[in-house]
Amino acid sequence: MNSISRRKFLKITGFSVGAVAAASALSPIVKGSEKINKEKVKGIQKIPTYCDICFWKCGAIAYLKDGALWKIEGNPNDPLSKGRLCPRGTGGIGAYSDPDRLRSPLIRTKERGEEKWKEVTWDEALDYIASKMKKIKSEYGPESVAFFSHGIGGNFLKHTLKAYGVNNISAPSYAQCRGPRDVGFELTFGDGIGSPERTDIENAKCLVLIGSHLGENMHNSQAQEFANAVERDSTVIVVDPRFSVAASKAKYYLPIKPGTDIALLLAWMNVIVNEKLYDVEYVNKFGFGFEQFAAEISPYTPEWAYTETGIDVELIRTTARVMAINKPATLIHPGRHVTWYGDDAQRSRAIALLNALLGSWGRKGGFFFPSSYSIPPYPYPEYPKPGKDKVDNPDNKYPFAIEEITTGIREATITGKPYPIKGWFIYATNLIHALPNEEETIKAIQNLDLMVVVDVIPSEIAGWADVVLPESVYLERYDDLHASSFKETFVGIRQPVVESPADQKPNWWIAKKLADKLGLGNYFPWQHIEEYLDYRLNAAGLSLDQLKKEGIIRGEKPPIYFEDGITPEFPTPSGKIEFYSLQLAQAGFDPVPKFTRPDEPPAGYFRLLFGRSPVHSFSRTQSNRILMDMMEENEVWVNNDIANRYGLANGQYIKLKNQDGIISNKVKVKVTERIRTDCVYMVHGFGHNSKMLKGAYGKGASDAQLITKYKIDPIMGGTGMNVNFVTFETEV
Amino acid sequence: MARFGMVIDTKKCVGCMDCVVACKTENNVPEGYNRDWIVTVSNGKFPDIHLEIQSQRCNHCDNTPCVSCCPTGASHVEEFGKIVLVTHNMCIGCKACVAACPYDARFVNPEGYADKCTFCMHRVEKGELPACVSVCPTHCMYFGDLDDPNSEVSKLIASRKNHTLIPEAGTSPRIYYLT
Repeated sequence: MNSISRRKFLKITGFSVGAVAAASALSPIVKGSEKINKEKVKGIQKIPTYCDICFWKCGAIAYLKDGALWKIEGNPNDPLSKGRLCPRGTGGIGAYSDPDRLRSPLIRTKERGEEKWKEVTWDEALDYIASKMKKIKSEYGPESVAFFSHGIGGNFLKHTLKAYGVNNISAPSYAQCRGPRDVGFELTFGDGIGSPERTDIENAKCLVLIGSHLGENMHNSQAQEFANAVERDSTVIVVDPRFSVAASKAKYYLPIKPGTDIALLLAWMNVIVNEKLYDVEYVNKFGFGFEQFAAEISPYTPEWAYTETGIDVELIRTTARVMAINKPATLIHPGRHVTWYGDDAQRSRAIALLNALLGSWGRKGGFFFPSSYSIPPYPYPEYPKPGKDKVDNPDNKYPFAIEEITTGIREATITGKPYPIKGWFIYATNLIHALPNEEETIKAIQNLDLMVVVDVIPSEIAGWADVVLPESVYLERYDDLHASSFKETFVGIRQPVVESPADQKPNWWIAKKLADKLGLGNYFPWQHIEEYLDYRLNAAGLSLDQLKKEGIIRGEKPPIYFEDGITPEFPTPSGKIEFYSLQLAQAGFDPVPKFTRPDEPPAGYFRLLFGRSPVHSFSRTQSNRILMDMMEENEVWVNNDIANRYGLANGQYIKLKNQDGIISNKVKVKVTERIRTDCVYMVHGFGHNSKMLKGAYGKGASDAQLITKYKIDPIMGGTGMNVNFVTFETEV
Repeated sequence: MARFGMVIDTKKCVGCMDCVVACKTENNVPEGYNRDWIVTVSNGKFPDIHLEIQSQRCNHCDNTPCVSCCPTGASHVEEFGKIVLVTHNMCIGCKACVAACPYDARFVNPEGYADKCTFCMHRVEKGELPACVSVCPTHCMYFGDLDDPNSEVSKLIASRKNHTLIPEAGTSPRIYYLT
């Protein structure tokens, strides 16, 4: 029934592991982190690398002045940054100089979460971890250790843990972020969106953003292409309960009632089908079940949608027509963080279907076909076969899940079913801020025999760990090769620019050393990561020396559109674009998306919405002193009329209380006309409570703390988080 | 000799503050201070709102109250590009210029001298663009010679609707915002 495979996971992380039998293991002595720039070079040095302040992995050039880190600029040869980093990337040197950085391995001395530690040596820390891991393996099996990881830096730890036998591996980027989108598109076109997104914004004649706030959300290539679209006078249509920066660039702004996007999408499709404005040839040639689809959407007129969305009937009609006029170069953007209401895969499918009607999939100005530089994997020994199934999605409860579900692993850790999870390894993801309902996360942690956090800063999740391992920041380390799928093929390198200031180590070193301690040294046949990188690059006909010098090597520019010669193929069950989805129907879901009315906030409460700032990444950058100077705390956006009614003044500190009585840290009110009266908004990632994170401690409020309620998407297991309501507490 | 100015396209600017960060790292601006900043001007009633995002800094005015009030001559207009600068070792930190500037563009550096945007003269002298202009991911900033009618900045000012900041102050500012 379920035709979706998990192959996309590999595509997105860019990590591939060979199954070729390895050469014999070499002696497991590992050099320390790089000794570089020991001789203070006079004058300016430029060292190419790629950024790690978010996951976009822009090519960058670090500048040293007389041997000291000075600044970072974009690498002009990089197809992603085109030589211009985003503000976070430009502020990347603040990650290096952050005084709150983890400096030494730590072992917990008091209760979990009390943040009481002793500093230990790497040997002590890794011996402790290895002995606990061996114990878990003998008592429960290796599958009882889970790995949560975000970003390319987790690749080597993933390798060690897979060698040990871990099969429960997950990242919040699926069930708490882009998962529903990839599932919705895959159900429709047989293929997902990927990262970086395959959206051809730079050639779109009409760009539709639904809750996506490009410009505030600084995914570099997309923000650049968005500005370019505005300059080219592309028609921008923005749908958002908040008047975002993107809305200010739009020709049409649709101030939608939160949670009613599917109603709008159905009405748009209704207009386009009724008025025969769709790409008839494309739909006839590639579509499956169009007649049934057309029948299903026929009741959803703009008049009907008005009552649900609050969007003016004529505005719905006009925007539908504008989209159609510009087809196929009309891009209805699939968004990225789309876990909102628990019916997100169906909303994403509605977005996919609207794109399908306009024929934008595979066309210039729509969705291109990306490709990546082919670099053979390193020939490692085969991993042991897991003896048990994964725990995150037992009995295929979420039948169309395409990646592992973090909250499913958390659930299994709490219940011990289908089998106990006793160890958590966490790399570079602050689960306290990333997962909904902090209490459940803490409950799960209490059932663990071992919890290890590897990170550069002491985030909230580190505060709950048994062992904290301080990683070198990206400017101090090598990482795996970067070969994202994009409009052209390229390979980028991350290489050390400066030495780590204290006892931090690169992730590859940590992974290799831990493998040694676990008796898995044969999984690291190389002594230093340079050997690994050189091997893989040689296998691709390149060299490490060349890549270290250039930072980025560009490959081919293969065709990316149907009109360039890409063969239209749709790996769905029907082999076509599924306007009507039999596999959804067979699994008991709506074959064509339907609208469900969202719950209304109780009287005196407002829906809590959250989003991004251009100067911060998740909850990972608030202590970066350069970025802190740009934005030190978040604010809660409250509509002017509501503020007047509740006597709230601009700049006043209040607390927010949610429907379950949870009260936030104090947060400044931003009184504004730029938001509806039924919701409030804040930037995600603030409100840190980790005492070790001195610079960010207590500044602003955390939306995550207020997200005690979440609605699980029954199709794919994502957690809809825009379902919480808050009221104002003026006593602070 | 040139008379440098800047043109900033508010239609493209998303207010991401990359210009602020780039200035900070390029010029080692101390923690807690910035030489440029973002102002968002919002008008109207939801949902009919007009937003203008302005990347602001020293306007390198043609009429310079900050120079005329300076008791030591530290604050001066460079021959090169008519850039307004402060000679650090001549500045006594009296803050007269800080008070005189209608744009609030100056601050006293913790080292004791009046500090502000230099149009990245050290870069411009080498033929490079100011750091804020060269970093901008939206390509919304332009820099060049206002006295050269063929320069990109002059052409933009001539062809696009634009305004300067607080023109009534009579300082003849040299940063133009396209609207």
